[in-house]
Amino acid sequence: MKKDDLIAPGHRTCAGCGPAIATRMMLRATGKNVVICHSTGCMEVTTTQYPLTSWKVPWIHVLFENACSVAAGVREALDAQGKEDVTVIAFGGDGGMADIGIRAMSGLMERGHNVLIVIYDNEAYMNTGIQRSGSTPWHAATTTTPAGKISKGKEQWKKDMVAIAVAHHVPYAATASIAFPFDLEKKIKKALEIKGPKFLHIHAPCPIGWYFSSEKTVEVAKLAVDSKMWALYEVENGEKKLTYKPKGTPVADYMKLQKRFRHLSEEDIKEYQKRVDESFGKMFGK
Amino acid sequence: MKQILEGSRAAAEAVVLCRPTLTVAYPITPQTHIVEDLAKFIADGKLDAKHMEVESEFSAMSAVVGGSAAGVRTFTATSSQGLALMNEVLFAASGMRLPIVMQVVNRALSAPINIWNDWQDSISARDSGWLQIYCETAQEVVDTTIQAYKIAEDKNVLIPVMVCMDGFFITHTLEPVELPDQKKVDRFLPPYKPTHAFLDPKKPMTQGPFAFPKPYMELRKQLSDAIDNSDKVIKKAHDDYAKSFGRKYGNGLIDEYKNKGKKTAIITMGTLAGTVREAVDAHDDIGLVRIRSYRPFPKEDLRKALKNVETVIILEKNIALGTGAGALFDEVRSALYNEGKQKVLGVVCGIGGSEVTVDDVKKIADDSKKKKNGDIWWLMK
Repeated sequence: MKKDDLIAPGHRTCAGCGPAIATRMMLRATGKNVVICHSTGCMEVTTTQYPLTSWKVPWIHVLFENACSVAAGVREALDAQGKEDVTVIAFGGDGGMADIGIRAMSGLMERGHNVLIVIYDNEAYMNTGIQRSGSTPWHAATTTTPAGKISKGKEQWKKDMVAIAVAHHVPYAATASIAFPFDLEKKIKKALEIKGPKFLHIHAPCPIGWYFSSEKTVEVAKLAVDSKMWALYEVENGEKKLTYKPKGTPVADYMKLQKRFRHLSEEDIKEYQKRVDESFGKMFGK
Repeated sequence: MKQILEGSRAAAEAVVLCRPTLTVAYPITPQTHIVEDLAKFIADGKLDAKHMEVESEFSAMSAVVGGSAAGVRTFTATSSQGLALMNEVLFAASGMRLPIVMQVVNRALSAPINIWNDWQDSISARDSGWLQIYCETAQEVVDTTIQAYKIAEDKNVLIPVMVCMDGFFITHTLEPVELPDQKKVDRFLPPYKPTHAFLDPKKPMTQGPFAFPKPYMELRKQLSDAIDNSDKVIKKAHDDYAKSFGRKYGNGLIDEYKNKGKKTAIITMGTLAGTVREAVDAHDDIGLVRIRSYRPFPKEDLRKALKNVETVIILEKNIALGTGAGALFDEVRSALYNEGKQKVLGVVCGIGGSEVTVDDVKKIADDSKKKKNGDIWWLMK
C-alpha cells in the first residue's frame, strides 16, 4: 500500500473509528485520481468543518440520500470533459446508502454508470446517536431498538446489500473488512479495472455505537469475520467466491467484547450461532 | 422566421440552443413532451449532450447538482410532485451556488391528485434560493431559457434558475415561435467556464462541507444578498437579449400593459396575463402589471408601477394555506406598505386548472369597487 494518506489527520472522528480506517484504506487503494461523492454521515461531518477539509482529493457532499445520484451526474460530466480516467466513488455509511439512499443506488446500478459504490458499514445511524438501520444485525441493541424486559434488541436480520447489488447485474460486488487491509485493497483495485457499476461493502466497527474499548476496533472487526458474522467474498459476473476462509470462532467471542449484545442469554447466543451457521452455510456451503 | 410549434417543442429547442453538457430527466405530466423532444434531439445528434433518464426527480436534481459541481452546464425539467420531490435538493443546489437551469411546468399539487395547471408547485419552492421567472408565452419560454443560463452563470449571481411555464396552456398548445439563430445564441451565451465549482484531481476542492453556526449564517447571508442583487443582472441579460434578438418583456422583472393613467392595476403572472390583456383592452379602468421575476421579488419596480393607481388586484393561481390568501398577495401588499394609498385586493383563481375567462377578469375589476382594502376572495365557478 502507498504510504501517503489522501485524508489528512486532525479530523474529528472518535478514537478507534472504524469508518476512518476504511476511508484511509480506500484512498490508499484508489490513489489521487479520484472524486469522492459522499453522503451525509459520520465521515462527512467529521472531515469537512468549513473552512477546513481533510480531503486531498476532489470531494463533494450534497445530501444524505443522494450520493449515488450525485456520483452518476459527476461521472457523466467528467466523461463529457474527456476525463474518463478519473475514478468516481459514491461513498457513505449504511444509513445513507443501504437505507435512505437505496433508490439512488438502485438507479445508478441499473443505468450502469462507471462508478464504484462503497458503503462503510458501522451497523446503525451513529452520527445521530446509534439508532437502528437496515444494516443493524439481529438482536443488537441500539437507542431505538433498546434491549428491555420484553425486547432483545433489533428484531430483523441484517439487510443483504451484496445480493441487492447482484440483482442489478453489476459486474463486480464484494464485501471487505477494515481488519483485512490487503483483501480490501485488492478488491478496490480489481473493481476499478472493471468498467460499469461496482459495489463494495466494508464492515467498519464503531466503538461508541457497539460499546467496546476504542483500541479494539481491528480485533472486533477480525472476530466478526472469523465468527462468520461478516463474510469476506466477492461476486464477479454472478460468480460468488469466498476470499477468506473464516476460522469459525464462536459468535459468543465476537459478542462478548460489545455491550450491544450483552443482554443476550446463553440460550439466545446458542440460537444466534445456529442462525449464523445456517446463513453462512446457505451462502457458501460448509 | 416564425414557426408554429408546440410549447414543449419550443422549450426543448431552446435547451438545444443553450448547448448543455448534461441533461437529466424523469417524466411527469405535463412536462413529458419537453423531455421526449429533448431525448429525440439527442438521439438524432442535434444536441451533443450526455443524457440521463433517472429513477426519480430526486435523483434528477441530484445528478444535475453533481454535473454542475463537476463543472458543466446542466439542464433538467419537472413539474408538480416532481418539484416537490426535489425540494431537499433545491436548497442544496442554491446553497452550493450551482448555476443550474430548470424548466418548471406549473401544475397543481396533490391531494387530490390533479394534473392541471396552477402555480402551487413552484410557489411552494419560493424560499429554496432559486431565481424564478414566469413566462406568458412559448416565445418567452425560449427567450427566458437562454437568458436564464446567462443570469445563473454570471459571476455575481451563481444561483440556479427556474423557468416557469403554465402546464398545458403553454406546453400543449401551438404558437408561432421564432427560434433564435444558433450563432447569435453562442455569442450571447458563451460556453460555461466555472472558476468556483469543479471536481478536478489536479486541483482538489471540497464542495458541500459542514458549517458551524457562524460561517453557516455568513454563507446564507451571502446567498440572500446575491439573490437580492440579481435583479440588475436579470435586467441586463434581458436588455442585452433584446438588443441582439429584438424581443423584450417589460423591463425584465415586470411587464406593464396599458397601466399608465389607470385607476386599477391587475397583478398576475404566466399565461393568465394573456387573459388579463384582453380584459384590459375591453375595459377603460384597468391596466396589467405582470410579474416576470418572482424571485427576486421586484419590490421597487412594483412600487413605481403602482404609484398612482387606486386599486391593486392580485390574481393568482396558488394559495399560501393558513394565510387565507395567495402568496403574492402578502408580498405585493408588503411592498406597498409605506405607500399607504392603494386598496389591495386578492383573488385566488384557476386552482387545479379551473377556468378563468376574460369575462371573469372584467367582473373581478367591476366587483373590486365594492371591496374593502385587504379583501380576498376565491373565483369559484
